[in-house]
Amino acid sequence: MNINLTLIGQSIAFAIFVWFCVKYVWPPITAAMEARQKKIADGLSAADRASLDLELAQEKAAKELQKAKEEAAALIDQANKRAAQIVEASKDDARKEGDKLIEQARAEIQQERVQARDALRAEVATLAIAGAEKILETSVDAKAHSEMLDKLAAEL
Amino acid sequence: MAADTPVEYIKHHLTNLTYGKLPEGYERADGSVVQEATWTFARTGQEAADMGFMALHVDTLGWSIAMGILFLGLFRFVASRVTDGAPSGLQNLVEMTFEFVQGIVRDVFHGKNPLIAPLALTIFVWILLMNILKLIPIDYIPSIAHAMGLEYFKIVPTTDPNGTFGISIGVFLLILFYSFKVKGVGGFTKELAFNPFNHWIMVPFNLLLEILALIIKPISLALRLFGNMYAGEVVFILIALLPLWVQWTLNVPWAIFHILVIPLQAFIFTVLTVVYLSAAHEDH
Repeated sequence: MNINLTLIGQSIAFAIFVWFCVKYVWPPITAAMEARQKKIADGLSAADRASLDLELAQEKAAKELQKAKEEAAALIDQANKRAAQIVEASKDDARKEGDKLIEQARAEIQQERVQARDALRAEVATLAIAGAEKILETSVDAKAHSEMLDKLAAEL
Repeated sequence: MAADTPVEYIKHHLTNLTYGKLPEGYERADGSVVQEATWTFARTGQEAADMGFMALHVDTLGWSIAMGILFLGLFRFVASRVTDGAPSGLQNLVEMTFEFVQGIVRDVFHGKNPLIAPLALTIFVWILLMNILKLIPIDYIPSIAHAMGLEYFKIVPTTDPNGTFGISIGVFLLILFYSFKVKGVGGFTKELAFNPFNHWIMVPFNLLLEILALIIKPISLALRLFGNMYAGEVVFILIALLPLWVQWTLNVPWAIFHILVIPLQAFIFTVLTVVYLSAAHEDH
C-alpha cells in the first residue's frame, strides 16, 4: 500500500483511455443511436400519417358509396316516374286513337247510310213509276207526277 | 505459496508486485547487500516499502491497462460495425451503457462540453471492469503468477490506492482546468476567496475552507473506491483462511453482495466526477 510511480502511470493510462474514448468510441456510437432515434421517430410519424390517411379514405369511400346509392335511388325513382308517365301517355293516345277510329267509323256508317238512302230515294221514284205503270198498264208521265213522287221520296 | 501463518497469508495477498529501485548498500531479505542502486522486483513487503516513490506496481498497472484495453477494444469493435438499424446483442449492451451514462450526464451536468459524457463512460466502464476482477477467486491468478516465479500478485487495481488516486488526480486536473477556463483566473480566485462568507475580512478563512473543499474532492473519490474494494478484498482473504468445506457459506453471499457493490462504486465515482465537473463549469 505504498504510494509510488504507479500513481502517475495510472493517470497517464487514464488520460490515454479518455482521449481514445472521446475520439474513436463515443462519436460513431452516439451518431448511430441518434440516427436510429430519428429513423424511429420518422417511422412513427409516418405510421400516424398513414392511419390518418386511411381514416380519411374510409370516410371518403363511405361518402362516395352513400352518394352513389342516393344517385341510384334517384335514377330508379325517375325511371319509375318516366315509365308511369309513358304508360299513362300511351294509354291516353290509345284511347284517343280508339275514339278517333270509332268516330271515323261512325262517320263512314253515317255517310254510307246517307248514300244508301239517297240511292234508294233515287230509285224509289223509278220503282214507284214502274209499279204504277204495271198497275195502270200505261205509262205514267213522270213529269206530271214528279211533284208527288218527289214528296214520296222525301218521306223515305 | 509463501504463507505459513494467517498473518503472512493476509500480508502476502495485500502486497503488490513491485518493481522499483533499491538504494546502494541496501540489505535485502536474503541477507545479500545491494552493491549499487538497482531496479528490481521486491521480494518482500519490506523491500517494496523501502523502494519509496521510485517503484511501480506492475500488477496494478498491468491489469488496469488490460481492462482499459478490453473496454476500448470491445467498444471500438462495436463502434466500427455499428448500425442504426436493429442492433445485435453486443451493440445492445454497449448502447445500454451509453444510454445509462448519457442519462447520468443529462441529469447532473448543466453545461455544454462534449468531453464530459465520454469521460464519464470511460470512468464507469473502466472502474467497473477493474472492480469485477475481484469476483475471480482470490487465489487463482496469484497461484498462476507464483508458478511463473512472481512472488506477489494482486489483480484488482482498485484495491491499490495508486490505482484509484491515479484516476481521481486526473479528474482533479480536469476540475482545475475547467474552473480556470470557464471562470477565468480572477473569477475562480474570487469564488474561492468570497465563498461562503462574502466579506473581505473573511477572505483567509474562505480560502482555507474552499481550497480544503477542493482538495478533498479527489481524495474522497479515490479513498471511497479504494476503501470499499480493499475492505471487500480483506474479507475475501479472511474467508479464504477458513476450512475449505465452510468457505462457500461465506464467500458466496459475500460475492453476491459484491455484485451490488461493484457497479455501485463505479456509478458513485462516475456521478461524483460529473457533479464536480458540473460545479467547475458553473459561473456565478
